[in-house]
Amino acid sequence: MKVLYFAWLRERVGRAEETVEPPAEVVTVADLARWLAAKDEAHAHAFENPAVVRAALDRRHVKPDAPIAGVREIAFFPPMTGG
Amino acid sequence: MFEVRVQSAVFDASAEAARLSDARTDVGALVTFTGLCRADPDAAGAPLTALVLEHYPGMAEEEMARHLDTARERWPLTGAVIVHRHGRILPGEPIVLVVTASAHREAAFAAAAFLMDWLKTNAPFWKKEERGAAGGWVAAKASDDAAAARWTAD
Repeated sequence: MKVLYFAWLRERVGRAEETVEPPAEVVTVADLARWLAAKDEAHAHAFENPAVVRAALDRRHVKPDAPIAGVREIAFFPPMTGG
Repeated sequence: MFEVRVQSAVFDASAEAARLSDARTDVGALVTFTGLCRADPDAAGAPLTALVLEHYPGMAEEEMARHLDTARERWPLTGAVIVHRHGRILPGEPIVLVVTASAHREAAFAAAAFLMDWLKTNAPFWKKEERGAAGGWVAAKASDDAAAARWTAD
């Protein structure tokens, strides 16, 4: 599964994307965020406040309880500030 | 004609709008909204020197197209163009363009406002400010969430 990071999440993680293979007990977007946060200090810093992290599965906005099974690409990013 | 684009180049709002009414006689209302980069100083008085817009390539275009589909379901539009820039944008330059065309003004005004409100909270773009050596990521505003929510209140 490809994980993409944008804006300050990208800066904190230190990379724009990575490929991960989470274990079977990682079922939802929130599970994945917790699992990623446990990887190292950089990831922990990026995910320290889950309330300000948004996610998209295969380029569609989702809630934290969305299941990630079968997803090719998951993106994590802060609330959007375009327009 | 219905079109969404993400580009780094400056756009010509007048030319984009003209494409929705040229060679047609059924367009009675054409609404053009252009969002521009302001140089507002921060709390410490440091002026903005540039905005750098990051986006999610692919999803940005898809999300804009989904918003446009929703607008077309709600209002009888004859055409619409949405252009959003990415990259480094200087004060005074345009950032985003929404043009809506319809037979009557109510639909054109409402669809343009709807599209802008939804773009601000749902299109995957992020602004970073440059203020000399300082700067930082722009925080999302609760007022933008409220503006987008009013379209689903009823």
